[in-house]
Amino acid sequence: MAAAAATGSIALELTQSLRYVLRLADTALIHAQRLAEWCGHGPVLEEDIALTNLALDLLGQARALLTHAAALHGGGLDEDSLAFLRSEHEFFNLTLVEQPLRKASAHAPGGDFADTVLRNFLLATWFKAVWLGLSTSTDAELRGIAVKAVKEARYHQQHAGDWVVRLGDGTAESSGRLKAALARAWPYTAEMFVCDAVDTAAQLCGLGPARDTLRPPWLNEVTEVFTLALLVVPADTPFISTGTTGRHSEHMGFILAEMQVLQRQFPGGRW
Amino acid sequence: MSASALEVAETTAREAAAWAALAQVLDPEVPVLSVCDLGLVRGVHALAQGVEVVLTPTYSGCPATEVIALAVEQALLAAGLGPVTVIQRREPAWTSDWISEQGRSRLREYGIAPPSGAAAMDAAQRIGIRARNVVCPRCNSSQTERLSAFGSTACKALHRCLACREPFEHFKPI
Repeated sequence: MAAAAATGSIALELTQSLRYVLRLADTALIHAQRLAEWCGHGPVLEEDIALTNLALDLLGQARALLTHAAALHGGGLDEDSLAFLRSEHEFFNLTLVEQPLRKASAHAPGGDFADTVLRNFLLATWFKAVWLGLSTSTDAELRGIAVKAVKEARYHQQHAGDWVVRLGDGTAESSGRLKAALARAWPYTAEMFVCDAVDTAAQLCGLGPARDTLRPPWLNEVTEVFTLALLVVPADTPFISTGTTGRHSEHMGFILAEMQVLQRQFPGGRW
Repeated sequence: MSASALEVAETTAREAAAWAALAQVLDPEVPVLSVCDLGLVRGVHALAQGVEVVLTPTYSGCPATEVIALAVEQALLAAGLGPVTVIQRREPAWTSDWISEQGRSRLREYGIAPPSGAAAMDAAQRIGIRARNVVCPRCNSSQTERLSAFGSTACKALHRCLACREPFEHFKPI
């Protein structure tokens, strides 16, 4: 911690396995951070509580993964130094989760409750497939985290799926907004299924599934709920976002600034 | 009795005393259930000096995990069984199937519908978009509906009884 305090950010020695674990940890962490922005602002009390409970589960999963990543890396890192003292290009989350949820932007999804509902559903369904794949990992710690998290993801999917159907099969207003949210979010889903060297290495050594293998089960379950919600699965677009390689959208710096400010300003601060 | 038999008896007595002390440690979020009722204590081992307790977290993000570990340590210290080592073990993952029969009836009396069935056994199982009917802990009617998959804590869902019109929480099977 003393060295980190002197230099501001930590620098990582990245192996393929570490990148693989950090991609999952960061996706859970940043998704949790975005959802936590709803705290006290939910459209109804029950939903306010549901969104923050969902964020809490994700934060717990992120903590377990970051702790494991810190153990893989060694050198005295822990969950806190990884969350609060890494700079933007060393975060490897899916670009989708860093997009604004409560504040609209001309070029980014967000701003409508339908965006939150839809993002939660797309991601919970993805995470469920990820955890299921990791439940047979050769890494015992990852296996332990996954076996618990898959059951939590089921509830996230159920809750978000409830809302997708409610809005999609609701009024002209609600279904129109959900369709607009889907058009905004869909291009970012391509990154969920990219298979690169990190994925291939993880698949080869039995660490966890390559992302491209997640697409068939994901699409099956998404299509099932979309049918109930009177939504049509959109066509693929050529756009592929690159958060998992450390190249982020313009929103990432801002969310990190908010998340990290306390530890950056008061290094090692505790309460 | 031989020396080793005495040792075994002493170890067993200390472990029994530890279990008795743990039965008094209540969950901070559902303060009618002990950590033993919940199935959070996975093992108690008497060491040459003090005891070692193995705990398992319920939910990944459960904010009570750290409070429970502290309460467990304090209860064992108060019972004169220290020094205490608390170990958190994630695998095998906690399931609501581990809640004892006593725990289930305490939940019901407290107004929370206990987790139904052994849903936890198949981790990959889909949860239908429509909820199964949960029996109302107040009037025992099964004419109920789910309002939200998340209640006051992550481990509970919010339901409503259509017979007595009262809202209630359901400890989710996980």
